[in-house]
Amino acid sequence: MPIGFDTDAKINQYAHPEVLVTTDWVAANLATPGVVIVESDEDVLLYQTGHIPGAVRIDWHTDLNDPVRRDYLSDQAFSELLGSRGISRDSTVILYGDKSNWWASYTLWAFKLWGHNDVRLMDGGRDKWLAEGRDTVTTATEVTAVAYPVVARDDSVLRAFRDDVLAHLGLALIDVRSPQEYSGERTHMPDYPDEGALRAGHIPGAISVPWAKATNEDKSFRSREELEALYLGENKLTPGEPVIVYCRIGERSSHSWFVLHYLLGLPNVKNYDGSWTEWGSLVGVPIVKGTEPGKA
Amino acid sequence: MASLDQQLADLSADFAELSVQNRLDLLLEFANTIPEVPERLVGHPDLLERVEECQSPVFLLVEVDDGLVTIHFTVPREAPTTRGFASILHSLLSGRTVPEVLTASDSIPDSLSLSDAVSPLRLRGMRGMLARIKRQVEQKS
Repeated sequence: MPIGFDTDAKINQYAHPEVLVTTDWVAANLATPGVVIVESDEDVLLYQTGHIPGAVRIDWHTDLNDPVRRDYLSDQAFSELLGSRGISRDSTVILYGDKSNWWASYTLWAFKLWGHNDVRLMDGGRDKWLAEGRDTVTTATEVTAVAYPVVARDDSVLRAFRDDVLAHLGLALIDVRSPQEYSGERTHMPDYPDEGALRAGHIPGAISVPWAKATNEDKSFRSREELEALYLGENKLTPGEPVIVYCRIGERSSHSWFVLHYLLGLPNVKNYDGSWTEWGSLVGVPIVKGTEPGKA
Repeated sequence: MASLDQQLADLSADFAELSVQNRLDLLLEFANTIPEVPERLVGHPDLLERVEECQSPVFLLVEVDDGLVTIHFTVPREAPTTRGFASILHSLLSGRTVPEVLTASDSIPDSLSLSDAVSPLRLRGMRGMLARIKRQVEQKS
């Protein structure tokens, strides 16, 4: 049976209210059959310090990434991962995490690459749940493994590769990193020349819209009106035009991707997960320094 | 006090014999037992050095007194992995002599069998802490 959507007024102002739930909704659905709550954090130990009762953990790096190649899991490994967490193809997956749901957004984006139908974010993430004084437990949830089918990942719709970005130059690109990373003034620490990318700056033509502009103090998303003013007003995106978002490794840009695609309903938004750690080290690609987008 | 080499070998062995999940549990134990900074440093991040390699706001201060090194860390509670790294370095290096700290192996972060459990990317923060500890000791001794 399909799990009901959140009828909360704020959630229902967005273009796709079916992908977002409130902490209230989660608290009321902790034991609802068919719902699996998943925590995805930057910090690998946070789940153990206290998590939503019944939640399981999926780590962006140790679980979702291939251990050898810079890429996501194989289709087989993804099916095993989800099955091991008690997630079946028709489960309603509720994701939440630290850092305003960066990593939860990233996990959601990955789930969508494999076409998992019903996956939703908890607005405000881990911090909001804790700030509201809601229950947490420290013991890991015991899971009965289930079968998850092996499905082919589709990278063609939501994911941009470097060649896609090169072909996209001149069209809408959003750099969601900090202003210092965008302008290229943030340099390597003298003792660590091998860290991050070899060059600093941004992809030509990319506008700077730091991801955090889409969030409130309590880590929840800003209202639809505020988000439209930011992206469609101030930054002049038009609904329907193809947009690529990027950051350093694709996690902060997953947050912005979620906002543009699901909260504002832009149909054609891709996340460039290679992001600056790839572009800033690629031989021969154009880079712009300074605070202006520059010419593609 | 056991030599640094011995202490590191013991700790490496402790981690190595654990399952991945239990390594995380041990790291969390370290995170929970990191010493608080002394009163005089509380609320004074300006007196400490920011560890840029860590994604969380981590500050450290090294003091050298009479040839002995004391290390102070402040790491937010919301960053238990980073607290764990800091706590491990604190337990290995604080209270040791200047030469012991300066000659400590740069591969301490790689010798704890943590890359599977934590990911190499996250371990980078620990390397940053170690490098900064050594640099401060060099400057202050």
